[in-house]
Amino acid sequence: MTHTQKRIVINRVVMTLSTLSAVIGIGFLLWILSVLVINGVDALSWSIFSEEGAPPGYEESGLKHALIGQLMIVGVATIVGVPLGILAGTYLSEYGQKSKLAETIRDISDIMMSAPSIVIGAFVYAIVVAPMGHFSGWAGSIALTIIMLPIILRTTDDMLQLVPSTLREAAFALGAPKYKVITQVVYRGAKAGILTGILLGVARVAGETAPLLFTSFNDNFLNTDMNEPMASLTVTMYNYATSPYEDWQKLGWAAAFILSMFILSLNILGRLFIMKKKS
Amino acid sequence: MNTTIDRLFANTTKIIALAILLIVAWIFATLLDHSMESLKAFGFDFITESKWAPNLEKFGALPAIYGSVISTFLAMILAVPLAIGVAIFLSELAPAKLKSPVGVSIELLAAIPSVIYGMWGLFYFVPIIRDVFGGIGISMLTAGIVLSIMILPFMAAVTRDAMNTTPDILKESAYALGGTKWDVIKDIVIPYAKAGIIGSFILALGRAIGETMAVTFVMGNVHKISIDLTAPATSIPVTLANEFTEADTDLYYSSLFELSLLLLIISFTIISVAKFYFLRRKRVA
Repeated sequence: MTHTQKRIVINRVVMTLSTLSAVIGIGFLLWILSVLVINGVDALSWSIFSEEGAPPGYEESGLKHALIGQLMIVGVATIVGVPLGILAGTYLSEYGQKSKLAETIRDISDIMMSAPSIVIGAFVYAIVVAPMGHFSGWAGSIALTIIMLPIILRTTDDMLQLVPSTLREAAFALGAPKYKVITQVVYRGAKAGILTGILLGVARVAGETAPLLFTSFNDNFLNTDMNEPMASLTVTMYNYATSPYEDWQKLGWAAAFILSMFILSLNILGRLFIMKKKS
Repeated sequence: MNTTIDRLFANTTKIIALAILLIVAWIFATLLDHSMESLKAFGFDFITESKWAPNLEKFGALPAIYGSVISTFLAMILAVPLAIGVAIFLSELAPAKLKSPVGVSIELLAAIPSVIYGMWGLFYFVPIIRDVFGGIGISMLTAGIVLSIMILPFMAAVTRDAMNTTPDILKESAYALGGTKWDVIKDIVIPYAKAGIIGSFILALGRAIGETMAVTFVMGNVHKISIDLTAPATSIPVTLANEFTEADTDLYYSSLFELSLLLLIISFTIISVAKFYFLRRKRVA
């Protein structure tokens, strides 16, 4: 075999292996997705949205308590986390720029984005749950806010930096003060990007389970008082899936399906905004 | 008037940005503060002692540390070759028609919450492990495999991005010299994107070691060091997820907080290494 033939053979082997690993990887992921859709669709029914949790064996049981709890916990985290994140990102891009302080904040935020979320849960347990003496929806929202902040901050920072500086200069030349330049020119220019950042941030925290385990805890019934322990889709899914009761496991799959569809739609929506901006 | 608002706006944004640093410092300080009792009681023995017996007030983190290290290691050796394969496929091999849909679906899969990977693992993967390897199926091995599948999309997407940074002109020059695809990949793309690829692997490692939900379902939370990979085990996050709401004594709590602190320090270090040595942001002057 000549050297060239050898190289061609090696090339074929490696390319086959690479395609194969792609097929294996994608195959596994398709498996998970199909399991999720098949079990999820099978478990869906109207009573999921209209009924609360019930002891195992009850016909009329649903996820209303978890859906509402989830919306409230994530909703509060979003209402608090988004403006704070945007303002902090504004500081980095518009005021701090390349200063040492701004760079440090960027680095720490990048690290926090990948830090284990269960540790955030332990922290919130120590500062909120333990002093109050009980689990609460607020504690869950605080944990999610802390997780969301660095994500919103970094995307806002990146997106604002993409706004051409000539736009800012034009506004300054008209005599506009800096805050007006930022709020009326820079924010507008980066609108689509910031919105995408928010959607991805919400999608990320909506799927968090670990930090809620010992902050908002759980409740098998409908509760709208944020001062009390509260059900969330994720924790409910965990409890139901690990229970020995088949009807609870089925509800767990329904919760998994609803949550995944919600998160996937937010992600797709976010992508569409960015794409529309580019074209 | 305008200057007052201007200054107010500037200062508000600055204070909130500074608050991020403050929160991170606060997290470290709080975890350290709550770990004090356990630190005083066990000192350095905490991480070398293999006995975790809440009823005897004896807490050793070695089984959890061992479990974290082994399960993450298993996940990495399984996921790294697959991720490289997927990344090569996406950046160099796939026909243009496939590139974008497959790439986007991989990215979307990275967004699926880890609790769902865990649930899939419990219902569909545990029985397979049980049938193939024996035991109860809840094991270190299962945790490693589920973890590897969970980090695969993230790893593949970042590796592909790193490979895609190779300038086309470099690749085209190599092809013009008669290089095969593999020649181009191993002599041009991989050397060019090396830092980015290693960085993304380490970043995935940092995420995997702190991952809770994907492994909690399938690991068993058994505080016992076992060479047998098909035996149930535990890891730091698994211990926290299972025992935090059960702790009934101060020392128990404190030990769990020390575990949290340990986990935070470990992942902070790994992620920093990835960030500072391999994925340094390009500074635009």
